[in-house]
Parts: sequence; structure tokens; C-alpha cells
Amino acid sequence: MSQTVIRDYSVSGTDTRLDVELRKVFKVYDGETAVRGIDLDIHQGEFFSILGPSGCGKTTTLRMIAGFEDPSGGEVMIRGKSMLGVPPYKRPVNTVFQSYALFGHLTVWDNVAFSLRLKSCGNTELRERVGDALQLVKMSDFARRFPAQLSGGQQQRVALARALVNHPTVLLLDEPLGALDLKLRKEMQVELSNLHHELGLTFVMVTHDQEEALSLSDRIAVMNNGKIEQIGTPSEIYEHPKTAFVADFIGDTNLLKGQIESIYAETLQIVTDSGLHIVAKPKTLWNGADSSSSNSSSSNSSSSNLSGSHASEAFVSIRPEKVHLELSPPADSISSRNCYAGKLKHVMYLGTHVSYQVELATGDRIAVLQPNRSSLMDLGTSVYVYWAAEDCLALAPQE
Amino acid sequence: MSTSTPSSPPLAESLPASSQGWQKLTRLIEPIALLVPSGVWLLLLLVAPTLLILELSFIPGFRLGQSAGDYGIGNYLEIFQPIYFQVILRSVLFAIGCTVTCMLLGFPVAYWIAVMAPSRWRNLLLVAFVLPLWTSSLLRAYAWITILRPSGSLNSLLSALHLPSQEWLNQTPAVYIGMAYSFLPYMVLILYASLEKLDKRLLEAASDLGATPQQTFWKVTVPQTLPGIAAGGLLVFITSLGEFVVPELLGGASSMTISRLIYNQFLGATRNWGLGSSFSILMITGVSIAIALLLKYGDRDSALSG
Repeated sequence: MSQTVIRDYSVSGTDTRLDVELRKVFKVYDGETAVRGIDLDIHQGEFFSILGPSGCGKTTTLRMIAGFEDPSGGEVMIRGKSMLGVPPYKRPVNTVFQSYALFGHLTVWDNVAFSLRLKSCGNTELRERVGDALQLVKMSDFARRFPAQLSGGQQQRVALARALVNHPTVLLLDEPLGALDLKLRKEMQVELSNLHHELGLTFVMVTHDQEEALSLSDRIAVMNNGKIEQIGTPSEIYEHPKTAFVADFIGDTNLLKGQIESIYAETLQIVTDSGLHIVAKPKTLWNGADSSSSNSSSSNSSSSNLSGSHASEAFVSIRPEKVHLELSPPADSISSRNCYAGKLKHVMYLGTHVSYQVELATGDRIAVLQPNRSSLMDLGTSVYVYWAAEDCLALAPQE
Repeated sequence: MSTSTPSSPPLAESLPASSQGWQKLTRLIEPIALLVPSGVWLLLLLVAPTLLILELSFIPGFRLGQSAGDYGIGNYLEIFQPIYFQVILRSVLFAIGCTVTCMLLGFPVAYWIAVMAPSRWRNLLLVAFVLPLWTSSLLRAYAWITILRPSGSLNSLLSALHLPSQEWLNQTPAVYIGMAYSFLPYMVLILYASLEKLDKRLLEAASDLGATPQQTFWKVTVPQTLPGIAAGGLLVFITSLGEFVVPELLGGASSMTISRLIYNQFLGATRNWGLGSSFSILMITGVSIAIALLLKYGDRDSALSG
């Protein structure tokens, strides 16, 4: 029933009003900096994910929004109100914990009713709201059970109902699906998405699973080493990563390190350290070391001062699915600009796709992902790999 | 049954018959060899005396050196004389008071060590708390005498603060102080074991759901550690019910407990072994019931570790 009634105003009409704002937030534990000055604007009604490897500070960030940690510096605001010094029990947020943290001494019903009883909410209202919350997560039949008698997926649903019954302004989810097996995780992803559409609440989810973040979120913040690398929609993050870390972390990519030889308008000539000449035409402007000089002097068509003090380092990123693999070089000259001969070193059959590793003459290994259409190629076959300059991203090295 | 477990019989058959017999024999001897020493010990020093006491308790007015009279329940009827009943009541009140005091003093300490103190300090803090247990209970009682006696350290301190001096020695307050001091480490250890197992994320979850720290304590911490609370309470109750040294040395004549009463019947002036035995049986029964409750409802792990 819940799936049929989807009031779809949350995604397209994401409210421009802000629910959560972080301003230059720092967190230091015992001299170690976990979060290094991050800024976040989370809009009302959006499904926002904080994505990153373990230890990147994403959970600390969520805990500062929930109020379990106080920022060492900076400002946390919810609906425009400063939350500094406000304890968790006074914040208009509720959390779905990673390990669910259900109260083992209470039944499912009493777990969900916990927050309402604290507010001494009326008996009829309590019964109605707890009943609704349990129905929302399809756990009405389990109200009399204890958490220990439920499966992981069922506990997850109870944790969701317990967090939602209070009608929070923001729902925080800390790796909500991390403990579930793959099939259950996929099911719960769909349900989470449905719940978000249905309720129109702001969801802030922390996850290390890039696929989960890409499939569920309206926007994603990719964190690494206590900093936000990039904030954007899933397609922005995937198609136009701004840093080498994001390109590498989100999906698979071929990442080659090199020097910029010349910049001409939007076309970059890059020589990799192994000696490969690559032409890149990224749609986003080069954001590396000498972007200012190339931008400001766009009339100046000659290549800028690269022969000078430091030739500018860059990473080239090409997604495996954007690489073509053929037995003969392509006929047209434009796509032949990034065309290299090599030998097949590794073939992995993935069912819908086939993953190849091609070793070039320079020793570079290029990963190629092709739909499973034609017959498999044998190991050691001489092949040509090529890709369009537009599919090639040039990324600034990390500081 | 045998068809469903085909793996083990062939293995046994492959061994020579004599070896199989030897294995059976060792399997039989092993537990006996392990249990006999302690079993004999318990039988001679615990079971036999208890049975003897059970018999004596049914011989009214049995005194050593006199010929035994007929069996009867006269001793048990004598227990309910007001003078004896008062002693029983006082012992139970002492035990309850001591348990409550230990709980009130011990819970904050155990909570602090288990939840709030830095984890690397926990073991050290626990050892510091258990340290008094390593001295003799007699020594501890004498230490309290020097503190509580009319010219002792307590009254010096009180007079220095211009407060009225207290005559606690040989009165009820001294018994409570001494017993609570003796049993507090047990209580702290058991409560610590229970609180340490408490999932701290539950406390965060409660706070997240709108519970103030007080509400979190009463609605999550206490229910979650209830088995430990029951174990600590019952254990302290049982041991303090049978406590002899502290009431004897600190309580004076006005604080006679069952233990002292039993002592008097066997070794004191009255020498009524029959009556002493019936008191003993009464106490064994009471304590057994408490232990049964402890095993059924208490947190057995923390009780045993404590």
C-alpha cells in the first residue's frame, strides 16, 4: 500500500530552505583531527549522503549533527538554530544506528513508543502513532516480540519506525544497511527510497557503499581524511569528479599520473609518467595549479608558462566503460588521438559485462568494461584501446 | 538413531577391542578421580555436619554431655519466642540495610568506572576498590573501632569542625558502617561486570529519542542491568545475614544477630545445642532460598566473577 501512494514532490521540488548547516566544523580527538573544517548545506526534504572510506570522519560528522559529539570548532545549525551545547535529547533529529541499538528489555511496540512515552503523549495518540509507524515499516505483526526474536532486517525496520515515530525534522542514518546481506540490502534500499518519497523528510545518511549512495541520494558529499572532496548529485560525482580521490573512490577508473604539456582552450595535452600522450577535453574547466593563468588569458592562445618553474602535475581519469576495445585501430582520425596498442592480460567474465585488462607498450594497464555482446577475446590477443578526449578527465593532484 | 549417525561407530570399531574397553574405563575413572578429593572434603566437612545439625535441631533442649531426649519440634517452636524473634528480625534488618547502603554507594562507583572513566584506568580503579578485601575482616573491624570509639579519629574530626561528637561504637550505626564497608567491594565488582556489558549505544539511542540523562538512567540503564543489580543485592544480603565479626566487634551487646545467637548456643553460656541447631537450619533454609533466587533471576556471570 505504501508503495502505491508516492507523493513525489521531494526530489524535483527539493526545498531551497536549509535543514542542516555546518559551518567550518572541526573535530579533534586527543590531538588527532577527525574533521577538518567542513561546510555543508542540507536542503529540506533531500536525501543527502555522506560517503567516504572508513576513518574519513563521516560518522563523526553525523554524530555532531545528532549531538553525541560537540564540534571542536565551527557551527552546527538545524533549521537555522544553532545547536552548539544543545544535548541530543533536545535536538529535532532522530537517528537510525548502525547496529540498530534497540532496547532489548522492551518489546517492538515499547521500543517504538519509547520517545512518545517520554513526552507523555496521550494514550490514543500514542497507540495511533506507534501503530502507523509500525505499519509504515510493515512490522505491525511483530509488535509483541522482543528484538532478540527478530532477524537483522526486521530489527532494522523497527529501528526505522522508532526513529520516525517522533516526526523528526531530520532523520539521520548511520550505515543503516551495513549489517544486512546483499539481497536484503537491495530490498531495504528500495524501501528507504520509498519512505523518503512518502514522508518528504530530510534524510542524512552516512555510508561507505558508493553504490548505495549513488542509487539513493539526491546529493552526495564525498569525504576523505576529514575533508569534503566534492558535493554534488550522483551523476555529477560520477561523471565529473573534481579530484583524483573522488574519481577513484566512486566506481572504477583508470587513473594515470602525468604532467600537463599544454593547455589550449579546453583541450589538455598530458604526458603520463610512463610516456603516454593523452588528449583530454574535460567539460569542466581545469581546476589545477595554473587554472587562473589559462582562464584569464583565454585570448592568449599559446600554451602558458608550463616550461617554467613547475610543470603542472595532473591525473587523467578514464572510466573503464568509456574505453573501446577493438582488434584494429579506429578509422576516423578524431577518436584515434587517444588510441594505443596493447595485449590482453586479463579477462574476467561478469555475466552482463566482461572486464578486460590491457597492457600497453608503456607498461600501463588499462581496465576496459564491455557489455557482453560478442564472443570473448583470448588472453594475449593484440588489441587497440581508444577513448574520446571528452570522456577523459584531468584532475588536480591531492594537496 | 544409530543409522542417523553413521560416522562415529565405524571409527570405534576400527580400534582393537581391548583399547575400546580401556577408553570406556578411563572415561569412567576420569570424572571420579577428579571429583573424589573435593567430594570427600565436602562430604566430611559440610554435608555430614549439616545432617548432624539437622538431627540435633529435632532434639529439644539437647546439651553436650547429656543423654539425648526424644525427637520433637520443640526447638523450632522456641525460635518464635519474642526475644529470639527480635534477634532474627534485627539480623534481617541489618542485612537489608547493608544491602541498600552498598547499592546506593556502589552503583555510582561501578557506573563511573564502567561507563565514564577512561578504559585504560578501569582495571586499576577496580583493584584499588577491591584492595580492602585483601586484609583480614578482623583487622578491618579493629580499624573501625579506632575510628569510631569515643576518643577516635571520627570524633577528633567532628570536634575540629565544631560538630557534636557521636557515640556510634557499640551501637547500630557502627554495624551498618562496618558491614557496608566490608561488602561494598563485592557489590561494586558485580555491578561493574553488569554495567561494563551494557551497550553504551543504547544510552545514546535513548538520548537521541528525547530521554534526559535521568530518564535514560531509569528507563534504560537500570532495566538493562537489573540481573546484575539482583545478583549484587542478593549476594550482599546473603553474606551480611551470616556476618559474625562486624556486629560482634562493632555492635556491642545491643546488636545481637542470629550468628551471635547460634554461637552462644554452642559455645556460650547456655550451651543449648538443640536450639542452636534449629537456628542454624532456619538460616541455611533462608540463605538457600536467597541463593535459589539469585541463580534464577540474577546475572550469574557477574555474580560468579565477583
